[in-house]
Amino acid sequence: MDRNKQQMNPSLAVYRGVKRAGINFAASVPCVNLQQLLRLVGEDPEIMHLPVTREEEGVGICCGAWMGGRKPALLMQNSGLGNSINALASLDLLFKVPLLMIISHRGCEGEQIIGQVPMGKLTPKLLDAMQIPRLSPSPDQAEDVVAQAWSLAEERRSPVAVLLDLQFWRAK
Amino acid sequence: MKRIEAIALAAEAAEAQEALVVCNIGFPSRELYALMDRSENFYMLGSMGLASSIGLGLALVLPKRRVIVLDGDGAVLMNLGTLATIAHNAPRNYLLVILDNCCFGSTGSQPTCTHFGTDLEAIARGAGAESVRTVANAEGLRSALAGDGIVVAKVEIGNADVPIIPLSPEKIIERFMKSAQQAERS
Repeated sequence: MDRNKQQMNPSLAVYRGVKRAGINFAASVPCVNLQQLLRLVGEDPEIMHLPVTREEEGVGICCGAWMGGRKPALLMQNSGLGNSINALASLDLLFKVPLLMIISHRGCEGEQIIGQVPMGKLTPKLLDAMQIPRLSPSPDQAEDVVAQAWSLAEERRSPVAVLLDLQFWRAK
Repeated sequence: MKRIEAIALAAEAAEAQEALVVCNIGFPSRELYALMDRSENFYMLGSMGLASSIGLGLALVLPKRRVIVLDGDGAVLMNLGTLATIAHNAPRNYLLVILDNCCFGSTGSQPTCTHFGTDLEAIARGAGAESVRTVANAEGLRSALAGDGIVVAKVEIGNADVPIIPLSPEKIIERFMKSAQQAERS
């Protein structure tokens, strides 16, 4: 069992966590590292998937989906966190709306694109400042941690972030 | 047409249609609350620009419920991308009413670009929306409120003298969700 998990493809591990959490609605803005996960989510008939134009819009759509009875996830790059701060605070935190945020965390160790570095460094601090819990699993922990992240979001009635950095996606 | 008159027409239609209403922040929500408070009203207290998106999420997951969004020109200009998402995903149970008073009415009536000629109907069409129209009087709005898609309602500048909504965020969302989900199940 452990051996299987260690060998698990990172995208598949996250997807299995999403499924175990019972996520049945997803909004997304792509990141290169989310390609496979987006395909898995997009092809899943049990998940209504809406590609959106901007992450903040996704926060609004996911809030609507939750109020309508769904379990929502927002799939995005951490640059999108910056685009979503006001919505996360004055919609989700204010009204106590749970949201699973699966975030490709760019701008960390090994980043080739200099423009990713400022938001990469700020991402954990921004989440901490908003008191939004953040979890950073390894691929072998990802299924469990993603499922737990949604439970935590429901329990706290708040967004919860799963940060997946370059090392995570490189694991094979 | 005054904005509060437009909101009154929308509130009457929403009640008759047993529709859920998502309302933009500031004076529009206050006017709606003063005119006709219903547990089916979601009063946005922050997140300017997202009424249309919240309503879209609701309409997609509650296909048996009609969803009416009361938005403003300033708020829509802030989240124009969502018009493209709405155009390609919005179901027939969704109606976005953009109350266009050509200004930021809740912050001192500073002009928006619609004051200088930006045409929200044309933008919505350009985004790919098919059912879009502009109305400038009560008759036009009444007829548009029977349909779906996007309606731009031209209204006068000015806020009614209405108090701040006394409900807590928890109360607003709790009763809204109960109404939304109960009716969907029945």
